[in-house]
Amino acid sequence: MSSIKLKAAVKDGTVEVKALMTHPMETGQRKDKKTGELVPAHFIQDIVVTAGDKTILTAKWGGSVSKNPYLAFNYAGKAGDKVKLAWTDNKGEKDSAEADVA
Amino acid sequence: MKRRTFLQGTLAASAAGLAVSAGLLTPRMVMAEGGGAFDAKTMEEALKTMALTPEDSADIKIKAPEIAENGAVVPVTVTSGVAGTTEISILVDGNPTPLAATFILGEGTQPEASTRIKMGKTANVVAIAKAGDKSYTAKQEVKVTIGGCGG
Repeated sequence: MSSIKLKAAVKDGTVEVKALMTHPMETGQRKDKKTGELVPAHFIQDIVVTAGDKTILTAKWGGSVSKNPYLAFNYAGKAGDKVKLAWTDNKGEKDSAEADVA
Repeated sequence: MKRRTFLQGTLAASAAGLAVSAGLLTPRMVMAEGGGAFDAKTMEEALKTMALTPEDSADIKIKAPEIAENGAVVPVTVTSGVAGTTEISILVDGNPTPLAATFILGEGTQPEASTRIKMGKTANVVAIAKAGDKSYTAKQEVKVTIGGCGG
């Protein structure tokens, strides 16, 4: 199951893309309460959002983005576009999701 | 509980900072933009690594709460009114690593980005928009009610 909720819909002449990803977004600076040891950094580093074969947004993130990160933006598109979001985290894990613009 | 853990983590961050920089954050992928700016510990260092000398601009708008009860989840929207904006970055000057996010806009993408960020204590959210070889900045203070550092 994908860990990404992706929605894209025409709004006021542009396409609004909203994404909610499931990810711990550990900064590497938080201590585990039980063991007192640092929780290793684990966060999404790169996000690429495409519409068809066009890249509409690239995001570079650090650990200061909140857990289960949210992302929203608008682009000049139309209903029927296929929007795809793919992320890669600092451990090399990847996930992606696709949505049709409604 | 999670917030508390996060904030305690922030408190511990100064002590842990060395260990982090020595071990956990170094094997980063090379960023296309900004190099190791995400590892920078101060605003000055982050800006230097990003090779930006932004000037203050009223065209950069930040939408963020004046008071954030939960520093672990602070919603931020940055809008750039500068023509030709290609990149928007969000930084927090009070965080152990100020740079939170950089958004590189594709053609036809509106110069606006929303996300949620963590803030360890009351600090300024700083937005920087890059247009051509210039950059523009604005900031807004967000008071973090339950702050790990006495904020």
